[in-house]
This record gives sequence, structure tokens and C-alpha cells, in this order.
Amino acid sequence: MTRYTLLTSILNRGTGLLLSLGLLLLVFWLMAVAQGPASYAQVAAFLAQPAMKLIYLGLIVAFCYHLIAGIRHLIWDTGHGLSRAQSERSAGLVIGASLLLMGLLTWFFLFVRGAP
Amino acid sequence: MSLRSPLSQALGLGAAHAGPHHWWMQRLTSLALVPLTVWFVASLLALPRLDYGHVRAWMGQSWTTVGLILLVGVATWHSRLGVQVVVEDYVHESGQKTLALVLSSFVHALLALAGVFAILKVSFGVSA
Repeated sequence: MTRYTLLTSILNRGTGLLLSLGLLLLVFWLMAVAQGPASYAQVAAFLAQPAMKLIYLGLIVAFCYHLIAGIRHLIWDTGHGLSRAQSERSAGLVIGASLLLMGLLTWFFLFVRGAP
Repeated sequence: MSLRSPLSQALGLGAAHAGPHHWWMQRLTSLALVPLTVWFVASLLALPRLDYGHVRAWMGQSWTTVGLILLVGVATWHSRLGVQVVVEDYVHESGQKTLALVLSSFVHALLALAGVFAILKVSFGVSA
């Protein structure tokens, strides 16, 4: 559990940047809906490609991590958990919790419903 | 007679801009994004299919429209703040830094506007 604070910090920044790129995709998708069914069908075909699914996976992974790490930041902002020992412990918690969340989503996708 | 404080002239750092405001906005947008993003992901997962009919019907619901506008607005704001921090940390040449920050602001503004426009266009086209 030692020395993970640097890793969690840079991962938070990296996943944040990936999610910023994901915003481009979100707006692209929303604009496709706004442009009508014919246009959306073309975009949907593009978005359903296997290569794109890798990108969705990456975005989900990035989201799970950035959400948990972000909550840790918000807890720090209340003044709790700021000591070195606590930060190193919570670094491990962040990695564990985000892996758990990713696992939950993956399980949900694979077994509760088929991917759309 | 310069209007700069003696300390700022001595340090040579230039204008202080709006540090505390940025810090607080980053916290506010983060806090708002926790429920907004969880709601968004859960909603998408709950849709049986992501074809035009289902997505349009979902987006056309009034509270979904409100939630999506909030999500797009707050997420682009949060992203812009985050990118600003990254640029400030890694781009040191003054001209390049300014260009990067201006580009980031413009792109984020465009994304926010396009997102809100698209959401409203779809929503108003769906009968209540």
C-alpha cells in the first residue's frame, strides 16, 4: 500500500483527459440523434464497429477510476484523510473500488443484459 | 507609476487571475457530476436498445432533457477546468500556453453549445 499516491494522482489526470475526449464522442452522438433517423442510422453503424467497442471499454474504465478518485479528492476537501498514511491507504482503496465498479458493470453487461 | 504591487514586480509573475474561483468551481462541478454521471450511465444501461426510436423517446422525456443539459453543461465546464490545469502544468512557453488555453475554451464552449442544442432539438420534437 506504499508509494501508490503518485500513481493514483497521475491516473486521475490521465483518465480525466481520456474522458474529455469522450465528451467529443458524447456530443457527436447527441448531434446524430438531432439530425434524424437516417443520419443516426449511419452514425450508429459506425459506432457499432468492434474498434469502437474498445474505445467504449476504455471510457468505462476511465470513468470508473476517475469517479472513485474524484470522490477521494472531494473527501480531502472536507479535511479528512490528508495524512500520508491515510492517503496511501486510500490510494489502494481507490484502485480496489474502481476495479470493483468496473467488474460490476462488466458483469451487468455480460450477464444481466446483452450489450445494446 | 505602475499599478502592480511591489511584491508582484519583485516576483515577476504577472497577474494572479482567478485561482480560488477555479478551485471552487472544480469542486462544485465535481460534486454535481457524481449524481449526473451515475444517472446517465445507469439510464443508458437501462435502455433496451440504443436505436433511434428508444434514444429519442428517452431524450424526449422532460426530466431526461433537463438532466442531459445539466450533464453536458457541467461536464464541459469541469473538463475545461481540468484541461486548463494540465496545460498550465506542462506548457510553459507563454505563447503556446495562451494558444492552448484559448483553443481549449473555444472547443469546450462549442461542445457545450452543440450538446445543449441537440438535446433541445430532439426533446422539442417529441410530443409530450
